[in-house]
Amino acid sequence: MALHRISLTINGEFERVDVPSEMTLLQMLREKLALTGTKNGCNAGECGSCTVLLNNEPVNSCMVLAVECQGGSIVTVEGLAQDGVLDPVQQTIMEHGGVQCGFCTPGILISARALLDRSPDPSEEAIREALVGNLCRCTGYLRIIDAVKDAASRQLAVTN
Amino acid sequence: MVTKTLDKQAPHPVGDSVPRVDAREKVIGAALFADDLQFGPGMLYARVKRSHLPHALIKHIDTSRALALPGVKAIATGEDTPGFIGLYLQDRHILCRDRVRYVGDPVAVVAAVSEQIAEKALDLIEVEYEPLPGVFDPEYGIRPEAPLLHPELGDYEVANFIFPKPGTNIANHFRIRKGDIEAAWPQCAAIVERTYRIPQVQHVPIEPHVAVARAGEDGKITLWGSSQSPFAQRYLITKALGISQSKLQVIAPYVGGGFGSKAGVSMEALAVVIAAKTNGRPVKLRLTREEEFYTTFVRQGVVAHFKMGCDQDGNLLAMENRFYWDGGAYTEYGVNMTRAAGYSSSGPYDVPNVNTDSYCVYTNHPVTGPMRGFGMPEMHAGLEQCIDELAHALGMDPVQFRKINCVQGGDTLVTGMTMHPTGLSECLTKTADAIAWGKKDLPSAPNKRRGKGIALMWKAPAMPPNAGSSARVALNEDGTVIVSVGGQEIGQGSFTVAAQMAAAALGVPMDWVRMANMLDTDSSPYEWQTVASRLTWSMGNAVSAAARDARRQILEVVAQAWDENPEDLDIIDGKVISYKSEEAISLKNIAIYGIPLPDDQGWVGGPVLGRGNFMPTYVTGLDPETGQGPRAVVHYTTGAQAVEVEVDMDTGKVEIIRGAAAFDVGKAINPDMVKAQIEGGFVQGISTALFEGLQLKEGVLQNPSFVDYRIATSSDVPRDIKAIIVEVPQDDGPWGARGVGEHSMVPTIPAIANAIYDAIGIRVGEPPYTSEKVYLAMQDAGLVE
Repeated sequence: MALHRISLTINGEFERVDVPSEMTLLQMLREKLALTGTKNGCNAGECGSCTVLLNNEPVNSCMVLAVECQGGSIVTVEGLAQDGVLDPVQQTIMEHGGVQCGFCTPGILISARALLDRSPDPSEEAIREALVGNLCRCTGYLRIIDAVKDAASRQLAVTN
Repeated sequence: MVTKTLDKQAPHPVGDSVPRVDAREKVIGAALFADDLQFGPGMLYARVKRSHLPHALIKHIDTSRALALPGVKAIATGEDTPGFIGLYLQDRHILCRDRVRYVGDPVAVVAAVSEQIAEKALDLIEVEYEPLPGVFDPEYGIRPEAPLLHPELGDYEVANFIFPKPGTNIANHFRIRKGDIEAAWPQCAAIVERTYRIPQVQHVPIEPHVAVARAGEDGKITLWGSSQSPFAQRYLITKALGISQSKLQVIAPYVGGGFGSKAGVSMEALAVVIAAKTNGRPVKLRLTREEEFYTTFVRQGVVAHFKMGCDQDGNLLAMENRFYWDGGAYTEYGVNMTRAAGYSSSGPYDVPNVNTDSYCVYTNHPVTGPMRGFGMPEMHAGLEQCIDELAHALGMDPVQFRKINCVQGGDTLVTGMTMHPTGLSECLTKTADAIAWGKKDLPSAPNKRRGKGIALMWKAPAMPPNAGSSARVALNEDGTVIVSVGGQEIGQGSFTVAAQMAAAALGVPMDWVRMANMLDTDSSPYEWQTVASRLTWSMGNAVSAAARDARRQILEVVAQAWDENPEDLDIIDGKVISYKSEEAISLKNIAIYGIPLPDDQGWVGGPVLGRGNFMPTYVTGLDPETGQGPRAVVHYTTGAQAVEVEVDMDTGKVEIIRGAAAFDVGKAINPDMVKAQIEGGFVQGISTALFEGLQLKEGVLQNPSFVDYRIATSSDVPRDIKAIIVEVPQDDGPWGARGVGEHSMVPTIPAIANAIYDAIGIRVGEPPYTSEKVYLAMQDAGLVE
């Protein structure tokens, strides 16, 4: 089992990690770096619980090998808040009651952040489409959709 | 004084939509779930060897080649698990000993230094089977020629309200005989007789099951897991192992979705059994998503026959119900669903004559257990369609028909119990109004048809009659409060409502209260299980009792120090005040260190620790022949749902246009969170109505993945779901509250089925109502070519 030393940026911090060839990005985050906010719901790229940003794109980290991330930049749920100030999607998902058990929440927040980064004023259809790969069994999604909408308008109010 | 607080003399957070106490840690990724706990590099990983046959005798197991694989540390088989496990009926070994009864039945468990090696070892375990014929349908299972799954049924230990039939596959037979149905049929102006089928479905929590166990040298075992039931797990596992409850400590952090699948014991005992053989090294067992679909609990399927009749004015006169539950290979928990469906089998209606036979039948299908609604979604699915059909047979509007018959306070229920006050009629009217019942809306396109449907429901907490709760309220030096409970936060908001109740009953601001986490059977107060929508009610009673106890202690100390009567004192906003002397002192000055007496004459008081418990003492047994008794259950939460659907005549796709739901929760402790439960349950109900079903072929699951077993996504949810709260107070609930967590998905399948019928005039049959199934049904009916 070959080990590879990779260098990458995780939540703004430079990291150097030794990983086996078959280790996924999800395993590396959870088992090597104790970044357990990113969840493992299916290990098959189907539920979205493990979504992280890889070079600003949302990916299912269970479907990406750690070695593929050499030189890359990763953002996990732990990296969304800046200096203790929550990301707007973190704030609004709480206010709209879009959190219940909280297991899908990290992945949903990352998908929502990725959407707002590429599309600051998304339609409801676009929000639903952006979240379609993030399964949630508790909330029924409506409050999450409302939270993303609200986060978008708060962000726009700040930038305008 | 207590009543002064409960009467909301001072402002307090009960009834306010305060933010969830667990939200912040969940949005920053800090909330810990069982798989997040760290156990160091010495931890081992377990995998489970499972039966690939639905029914077979085990002739021989050889683990020698697997044990020889480098990295394998231990293997356990049925030889290590002679005891029985089970909640109501002890019909299961932790590992199979002489027989396997479903595809996935655990035969051996392996611990190794990695999951890969453990998985590899499974292939090296040789199991010799003698295949047996199987039972794959509950109605076949009760026939005399059906193969027996449990020839030892008569020897199993069983709760005294469960009635297995040894020598058959019937694990429980619950009977209702109320009135005289034979005398009633001739008086009926309309009679409808129908059969409905519901498939097994899976809970699909997004967090898969995970358990870590470690055995100490002193024989004490610690189990960490994703659990709705740490105390029940401690009890059931120690009983199966033949050890004292003090020898097992169960620690349970937040649960990433439960819905019943993490109640009782499913896979957790496997981790305990293998950890006993690894010389103190912790062992982690986590299920794959595939295993999650068929090796943990699933919801029972049912074949339900209904016959019901009414007079010409629409008054229900008689019901005759036969339910054959697809109980799966082991029904240790499922048998009580059969009972719950039986004692609620009239639905929320006043029916003078009822005969019910509810059979729990062993099949070679996955093991069934509790799921959100505990038999009620499955039973109401048929019952509420049959009610609609009877209304149509009489030529009466289904809402009007329900208005005439729906249960009211004072009615004699199907078990003989007297109904308490309930707001069901109000729920019915409000949901019907919310979707403009009676008004036909135009479809959005010419190839589509619209329809509206409605369904009622009722459900009581289903549990042993004496399921208990307890709670502890302790004050810190600065007056802040730690509330300890044994009920779990599984997303439903139990910690938040517990904190609200503690703050209200004690008299402190909401943000002074923190919930102790994680649950730990060594240090948390006892709670039976986090099931049955019982926490707000039962645990809530214990929490408010504990807070009142702490309050009493504080007031007595202050009264002594001030030389006043406790009756003249109050705690408001974290301060003790006197209505008489108008003195005031903050809790932070007295909570731990007490109060100095004047002139250095000593102290009064000391650390404040309030305790409270609650156990319903008033539920009675039921006659085994007639199901009659004074009080079958603690109470019923009632409610209604209505939907408008659109059916695409080109594709058969059913779209939910809008929905409304109302439930009588007695008192909404946190209205916004009640609404969140109503919405979330509605969507889970929509998902089971339109998408979900375990596709079993000769016991083999054909769709064990999210690709083939689809659940509702963000694109499937109607924009317009109206959640309505009705509040008719419950006399045994805190501030009048009843539970609502499960109820919200109970009436969804029949509401949608009734709406589809309204749109296209067809009963599609067994859910899920997929496009394909609806289209084929329309073809059969000649609606499309």
